[in-house]
Amino acid sequence: MSHVEYENINLFCKKLETQGINTQLITPSPLAPAQLLEIDASGWGKAAEIAQKDSWRWSGVWAEDRATTFSVYNCLERHGQYLILSCHLPVEQAQLPTQSAIYWAANRPERNIQDLFGIRFENHRDNTRWTRHQAWDENTYPLRLGFPAIGYNTQPTPPDKDYPFLKAHGASVYEIPVGPVHAGIIEPGHFRFLAIGETVLHLEERLGYVHKGIEKIAEGRDPAGLARLAGRVSGDTTVGHTWAACLAMERAAGIETPARAAFIRGILAERERVINHLWDLGALCNDVGFGFGFYQFGRLRELWLRENQNLFGHRLLMDSIIPGGVNTDMSTLAAEQIRKSIIYLRQELTELITIVDNNTSLEDRFLAAGLFTTELASALGALGFVGRASGQSFDVRKDIPYAPYTQLQMRVALEEQGDVASRFWVRYKELRISLSLIEEMLDKLPAGELQTIWQTPVTAATGFAAIEGWRGEILCFVRFANNNKICRYWPRDPSVINWPALEKLTLGNIVPDFPVCNKSVNGSYSGHDL
Amino acid sequence: MLQLYYKIFKTGVLTEKVAKQLPSTEQHDTTIEEIGLSLKTVVDKHFRGSLAIRQVDAGSCNGCELEIHALNNVYYDVERFGIHFVASPRHADVLLVTGPVSRHMEAALRRTYEATPSPKWVVAVGDCGVCGGEFGISYASCGAVHNVIPVDFTIAGCPPTPLALLQGLLTLCNKR
Ligand code: SF4
Repeated sequence: MSHVEYENINLFCKKLETQGINTQLITPSPLAPAQLLEIDASGWGKAAEIAQKDSWRWSGVWAEDRATTFSVYNCLERHGQYLILSCHLPVEQAQLPTQSAIYWAANRPERNIQDLFGIRFENHRDNTRWTRHQAWDENTYPLRLGFPAIGYNTQPTPPDKDYPFLKAHGASVYEIPVGPVHAGIIEPGHFRFLAIGETVLHLEERLGYVHKGIEKIAEGRDPAGLARLAGRVSGDTTVGHTWAACLAMERAAGIETPARAAFIRGILAERERVINHLWDLGALCNDVGFGFGFYQFGRLRELWLRENQNLFGHRLLMDSIIPGGVNTDMSTLAAEQIRKSIIYLRQELTELITIVDNNTSLEDRFLAAGLFTTELASALGALGFVGRASGQSFDVRKDIPYAPYTQLQMRVALEEQGDVASRFWVRYKELRISLSLIEEMLDKLPAGELQTIWQTPVTAATGFAAIEGWRGEILCFVRFANNNKICRYWPRDPSVINWPALEKLTLGNIVPDFPVCNKSVNGSYSGHDL
Repeated sequence: MLQLYYKIFKTGVLTEKVAKQLPSTEQHDTTIEEIGLSLKTVVDKHFRGSLAIRQVDAGSCNGCELEIHALNNVYYDVERFGIHFVASPRHADVLLVTGPVSRHMEAALRRTYEATPSPKWVVAVGDCGVCGGEFGISYASCGAVHNVIPVDFTIAGCPPTPLALLQGLLTLCNKR
């Protein structure tokens, strides 16, 4: 830890202590490069207050059942430094002051912990269930140690009922329920609109439909098994989540990937970003009836998917990152082919974007639609392109870089306007930046091994990692039990943070603009629900 | 506007011919026209000329959806076989179901199945849909689609490629 960072955290500790909160900075940090600060449970809410005043960004909360106690962790970030607060709770007194009163983003993650662990958050303004629908009952908690992964339910699961959606009364207000089965090839979730005429007065999301117990079935897996599971947290982010899980496990094991493997991981991650941005640029066009854009961007995406298949053996690049390294090399021939594809894609993009930009019908639908102000984005701690289209420049690759980004020229695309058009442009710029990054990585690609031999981590070893996935910051925490088995896996997709943004940015828009607003945010359901 | 038309002309038609892949006993290459013809015969006979698919994500990681979507891109262009994706199960002949069925989607999947008029086929797509895949059965997941609704046909893969999906659909239609 550099001197300045240390000062920052020391100052924060002092502020907590003047409020009567006991703190203990754990050195060396078992979650390095993040710092770990243990605090009193009673100071949990107060700590958030102080952190918010100090402009720390709230980035996630997770819990662990440690048999006699629960440990709860809260990840904060400021000026390129991760600080993780933790506290321990006796099982019989599993309650904590809420942080959701201070940090809007904490609302659902806290309710998720309540549903899965039975830890109560006092004074939560919205203490309704979130992840729990009807698959387990109110007083059983799937992520507690004694709960069998297979569960107790042998009967068909009834549909969710009695969820307390916000109601509005009045002659001209009406409700539109949508989902969980949507009218398209899309993941399931539920949206409840309140509208007056065409205008959206209120939108409430109800997620959790694709909760399939990922954190629970991770328990007992070996590193390779966890990497495979992580690759399926969200299929479109398979590289991002596998990388995060592998990096966390590698840190727990105290091994480092060879430089060549790190560069190949970087190339894979940027390819994933390119493919997803191409897809969304096309889909955004499609949602406003501009088929030309949809087919053209889709065509370019397909070419890259096929190249993935040819060069790395999988169109979406699943399972190409493994604990300790990668299982796919980059031949000189492959590198040449990639360079050619980049040149071709650049030309095509330049041509297409001119046409798109000249199209006033697109402008009509994109400009000023789905406005998400910089203030709201900052209050939420919005991530990735959603944050960057609203002036939030945070990017793990630049602010808290990891190999290979430590050796690359990282530029971050930024827009301030916060509408659908901004999110479109930010993605376009990010896509171009990714192309340059891939070229730079090919230029600098070091020779050497593809994998470091795995070392079984000591019992109870932990690891933490943050990766910039294509949607934004991905977090991951792992703890090993003995004999190389995972006992806790916590992945946090950026969607967890960004989903609430959609509720806000839809307000005041017309109902028919919802699809394009939704697509411009493009949250992952699977990555959120786990 | 001219630029737009120019781009369309320059791009041209990219839709590809797809070779049929059959079990090893009947391995031979057939052109897409031939498959299209036999497919059309089946689709004409049973479905009055068009096969309508309702895709249902019952708990997938969204990887399968990406590849199903790709079926509509210009290279595969599945609509040319009379196959199209519809918004409502009431308009569908086929339910294309992905994912292990999460318990929270169990009721929605059953209802979608019930809402689909007979005769209907259910196709389980992806390793998850076929056998539970990486997720299997848990407190939150029912595993394979056939654990919840009857399945007529399966297309494995994680995710199955668009080509595998296309071949699967053609095989399905040829079987009937
Ligand atoms: S089969 Fe693979 S791609 Fe499809 S839902 Fe399952 S894990 Fe995802």
